[in-house]
Amino acid sequence: MILLAIVLLFAELSLLAIGGVASTLPAMARAVVARHWLTAPQFAALFGVAQASPGPNMLISTLIGLHVAGLPGALLATLAMVGPSSTLTVLVSGLWHRFREARWRRIVQAAITPITGGMVLAAAAFLLRTADHDWRLMIVSGSVTILTLRTRIHPLLLLAGGAVIGVAGLA
Amino acid sequence: MVDVAPQASPDRLSRSALFNGFFIAGLSGFGGVLPFARRIIVERKRWLTDAEFADLFSLCQFLPGPNIVNLAAAFGARHRGASGALAAMGGLLAAPVTIVILLGLLFERYGRLPDVHHGLEGLAAAAAGLILATALKIAAPSLRGPTTLAVVILAFTLFAVLHLRLPIVIALSLPVSLVLAARRIR
Repeated sequence: MILLAIVLLFAELSLLAIGGVASTLPAMARAVVARHWLTAPQFAALFGVAQASPGPNMLISTLIGLHVAGLPGALLATLAMVGPSSTLTVLVSGLWHRFREARWRRIVQAAITPITGGMVLAAAAFLLRTADHDWRLMIVSGSVTILTLRTRIHPLLLLAGGAVIGVAGLA
Repeated sequence: MVDVAPQASPDRLSRSALFNGFFIAGLSGFGGVLPFARRIIVERKRWLTDAEFADLFSLCQFLPGPNIVNLAAAFGARHRGASGALAAMGGLLAAPVTIVILLGLLFERYGRLPDVHHGLEGLAAAAAGLILATALKIAAPSLRGPTTLAVVILAFTLFAVLHLRLPIVIALSLPVSLVLAARRIR
């Protein structure tokens, strides 16, 4: 029954992920902590692992599935996260193309953008609160943010740097 | 009557072309696949123009779900229907899902060792910093106008300060944002 619970959770998040998976991260964390599948710091660590892998950041769902129910959990969580939303997208994409000049389409698009902005910022605030329980970790996060915005350093290098500082500075 | 109109135009991609194109995008994308998918689809393969790509991506941002997976689904479906959508999504996710499962198994096995644990704390902090940078980039255009800024603050407050559930946040902020957008757009 745990597999069914995984599918239901991620299928719901799939359809609520307005603006992308990032905006569901706080809800996802709240749900998995409430079900005692993970602690909040474990969630932050798993999110770090997902970011250190190539591919979209929805891979956090794969990792949660893996942690809770092994390989079947990983595959079902992944499918549940992509299935409902991609089906909806395929169904709507013809309409979207046909109405590309319509005023209502531009209004809907313009209305979604700032909501996405607010929700992704909320997700970032949540992850920072969860991950940075120490001033040194705050400095790591802040430096990565500034380096990402100001330089073209590869994100994988920044993640590796964070991990090395973690091992060296806090051990 | 033998001369049936050819089904496959040069524009109609095969399932294996869809799989392969998105496979490369999935494997190269760290901290966001979008720039890589754009480079492959628009610049290298010339499957879409810049404007067509932007239009398709706007749909995927508007609809819920992982944007880039939605983009693969919509693009694949345009060429080969449901099986094309599956081919493109499969290509995009095959390598990343395999890699993340291997990393996840390492995490489950070694995550509690003290050194690894501290390394993961540093990794999580860096990942959170990465997301903040992405969030700032996504939100930046909306922070400039007074009405869009108000909606950003509204959605942020409902979600991060009042801790309302996601459907409620959407149900409360979408009507406000729609009214404001309708007054802006003539």
